[in-house]
Amino acid sequence: MTEELINAVNQAETPTQMVTAVKNLAAAKDPAAISTLIAVFGYNNPAAALVAVKGLIELGEVAVPQLLAQIDDYNYGARAYSIRTLAAIADPRALDLLISTAATDFAPSVRRAAAQGLGNLNWSQLTLAESQNAINRALETLLLICQDTDWSIRYAAIVGLQALAKITAVQEVIVQQFQKMLTDDTETAIRARVQLATHSLELTAS
Amino acid sequence: MIEPTTSEEYTENGAQLTPEQAIANLQSSDLSLRYYAAWWLGKFRVSQPEAINALITALTDEDDKTELGGYPLRRNAARALGKLGSPQAIPGLIQCLECSDFYVREAAAQSLGMLGAKAAVPTLITMLDGSVAKAVQVAGRPHLTQPYQAVLEALGAIGATEAISLIQPFLQHPVLRVQCSAARAMYQLTQDSQYGEFLVTMMHKSDLKLRRSILGDLGAIGYMAAAEAIAHAQAENSFKLMALKGLLEHQLTSDSELSDQAVQVMNLMDSLL
Repeated sequence: MTEELINAVNQAETPTQMVTAVKNLAAAKDPAAISTLIAVFGYNNPAAALVAVKGLIELGEVAVPQLLAQIDDYNYGARAYSIRTLAAIADPRALDLLISTAATDFAPSVRRAAAQGLGNLNWSQLTLAESQNAINRALETLLLICQDTDWSIRYAAIVGLQALAKITAVQEVIVQQFQKMLTDDTETAIRARVQLATHSLELTAS
Repeated sequence: MIEPTTSEEYTENGAQLTPEQAIANLQSSDLSLRYYAAWWLGKFRVSQPEAINALITALTDEDDKTELGGYPLRRNAARALGKLGSPQAIPGLIQCLECSDFYVREAAAQSLGMLGAKAAVPTLITMLDGSVAKAVQVAGRPHLTQPYQAVLEALGAIGATEAISLIQPFLQHPVLRVQCSAARAMYQLTQDSQYGEFLVTMMHKSDLKLRRSILGDLGAIGYMAAAEAIAHAQAENSFKLMALKGLLEHQLTSDSELSDQAVQVMNLMDSLL
């Protein structure tokens, strides 16, 4: 059954046929579909890619190993979908990839998705010792890219830090970083996003 | 998702300069070094007086000239001066509006718009002489007789309400991009939402390239009613974020409390990361 659905994706001739075929394949919710769904990211069909993203997010953790293994180093459009999917599934096995992507990918769209994802991983899936180490590494990366020259990267870093600040152990460092950006950042839009983040932290703290 | 290489990718461009070297290079015997230095000073916002003065001098350069009579160094100097925010550059840029090179006129109009140069309005207005009837393609060249887009946008950015009746006819110009520039200026000069809505409607029916530029227009005018339409536009997130940032900045006039609208825009931006 799934095999037929996979064939339909591979044989789709028009963009519309592709979207329909991917929809049907995603609806099967079969781990056997994972590899084909990831391949759709590279087909330059945004509608189909979004359906594939959604399907993979629904499959969740079981899709993570292949998402990590099938990262397309040569197509940043495809890579952006992979990173978004991993960020949404939030499995901490994606940590290393999200760190290197947020810090060093050349495409801002991909870096933003990774930065946002870094704040939101399911740390509870790790042992206590592992999670402390992982949280600190995510924090370091986000603090580093708060100094990026591209405002949109800093914006995504703030969103990532706001999520990470749910963890009490790192909250103080994050609040300090926000205070610093509130006075130092040259972009009013960035300062506004910091204000919003600070506000939401105060709400959760009280 | 296809994203534009020029605005999306980081490139390590050519020689690593210092401001001092770049300023010195503007007088180099190597014309390509001059050209690069002018671009570099704008890109890295080197606004020290020496840089401004050297760039103003470069606006009248005669050495760097193409076969078609273009002035590459003048173009780059004019572009850079818009980014450096110095009113000192305004008289030189106004003279550039009468340059024989279309692209120098275009760069000067854009920069005068960025500088909010009221003094440029009379000359900008003369560039609309003959109105739409005269705004035709130059034979054999990829551009119209004047850089109408840049002129209309500059008049809007400067707040030249005296030009409203001259700008309005360009809403009917055969080139869609020119219509959009006219709508953008009309909105800025009148705050009438029909012009903002015109841009939103155009964004729905146009091609990707025009959609991207309309996103830029909506960001520049801060047309808040377009927030949702921007977030759902068929275009890359980078362009949508840029447009929403424009909306956000228009909501942030006082630096104290965040308005509900500002928060609404940021929530949309978050969803596009």
